[in-house]
Amino acid sequence: MAQKVRVLLCKPGLDGHDRGVLIVGQALRDAGMEVIYSGLKQTPENLVEAAIQEDVDVLGLSILSGAHMALIPRITDLLAEREAQDIMVLAGGVIPAADAEVLMRDHGVARVFGPGTDTRDIVTYVNERLGI
Amino acid sequence: MTEARELYQKLLAGDRRAAAKLISMVEDGEEGAREALEALHKHSGRAHIVGLTGSPGSGKSTLACRLAQEYRTRDKSVGIICVDPTSPFTGGALLGDRVRMQELSGDPEVFIRSMGSRGALGGLAVAINDVINILDAFGKDYIIVETVGAGQVEIEVVKYAHTCIVVTMPGAGDEIQAIKAGILEIGDVFVVNKADRDGAMHTLADLEMMVETKPGGLQAWKPPVVATVALEGEGVDLLVGEIARHYDFLKESGTLTKKIVGRMKAEVLAILSLKVSEAASRALEDGGVAAELVDRMVERDLDPHGAAAELAKELEL
Repeated sequence: MAQKVRVLLCKPGLDGHDRGVLIVGQALRDAGMEVIYSGLKQTPENLVEAAIQEDVDVLGLSILSGAHMALIPRITDLLAEREAQDIMVLAGGVIPAADAEVLMRDHGVARVFGPGTDTRDIVTYVNERLGI
Repeated sequence: MTEARELYQKLLAGDRRAAAKLISMVEDGEEGAREALEALHKHSGRAHIVGLTGSPGSGKSTLACRLAQEYRTRDKSVGIICVDPTSPFTGGALLGDRVRMQELSGDPEVFIRSMGSRGALGGLAVAINDVINILDAFGKDYIIVETVGAGQVEIEVVKYAHTCIVVTMPGAGDEIQAIKAGILEIGDVFVVNKADRDGAMHTLADLEMMVETKPGGLQAWKPPVVATVALEGEGVDLLVGEIARHYDFLKESGTLTKKIVGRMKAEVLAILSLKVSEAASRALEDGGVAAELVDRMVERDLDPHGAAAELAKELEL
């Protein structure tokens, strides 16, 4: 039996805007992935624990609050602490290009998908990175 | 050291990531998991397995969350398995039970696993049983298996839990009809959730009446009907009490052994059914003898029962 791609989509921090993340969730589901949605207002500790229990291949973080530079490095540090840095971290939401560059260069984020992204590009990227 | 061996040794030492990885192997049907499952079997058998079923929207996830919280205040550890449907068209699934269980996230003593119902051929029953056994060996005191009460497999799984809880809610007249048809027989405890809504007393009375007139007549265990408001946590302590009372009844009456035997038989049957289905569908896809049988069926030279018998002989089933 083939391995199924599992994705955890999260809303870290104080941010109630989940339209975008739900659209991405539906697109990944329709591409045949198992998508777990955490719900709003997750702490980095909670969502890293959830990612480990659910044994996901991909952790998708949606942040529109502006707190991405505080939250995302904390999350990737926690993943490293738990020896789970093999989980692919993707980010989306409102993240300026300069910040995205830093997150990808220094904080283990694989890719940042901003507003206007074609959901098919996310699917293609995930599948290619996982070698599917 | 094989991957599976490393995983189960870490799992027995309390490593949550190892438990999660082993569950993935089981879900993906990887042969390597066999070795670990075999080793873990003698460490399992201690947990109280609680099945939780009911129609969508009745509040199963919220109730599972509240139950787990209640057990945590008693210093018990909990595993929760949430099964949600996989799309038969895309193979994808959106698993949202965690949204209702946010208060539990971050507690290392609560292990929550979301499962898609995935493919055909009865793999789900095998996978759920394996995941239950993994969490059992992992040392969870309670394992809550939450499934939508639709589909034979889901019903089978909760049926073989030690205690099966059937959840309904007020204002769903047809709901009671549905329960009557299929799952009234398997409920050890009934819950009317959202009991602060209009019509709750009516639903409670209806259910109590149905329990009284349950097919098979009066049994030693009369399923209690509990009213809860899961969102507010109301009635959850009562429910926990009834679950404990049922477990005590199982132990004292000797029914627990019967339940365990029933579950073991069901497990073997699920594994064998899966193996047979897989072997047969592979043979039918591959051509060869199976294709000849199908050709003879098309020619009306052989009937389906005859073809199945010949294929079984061919595959040495």
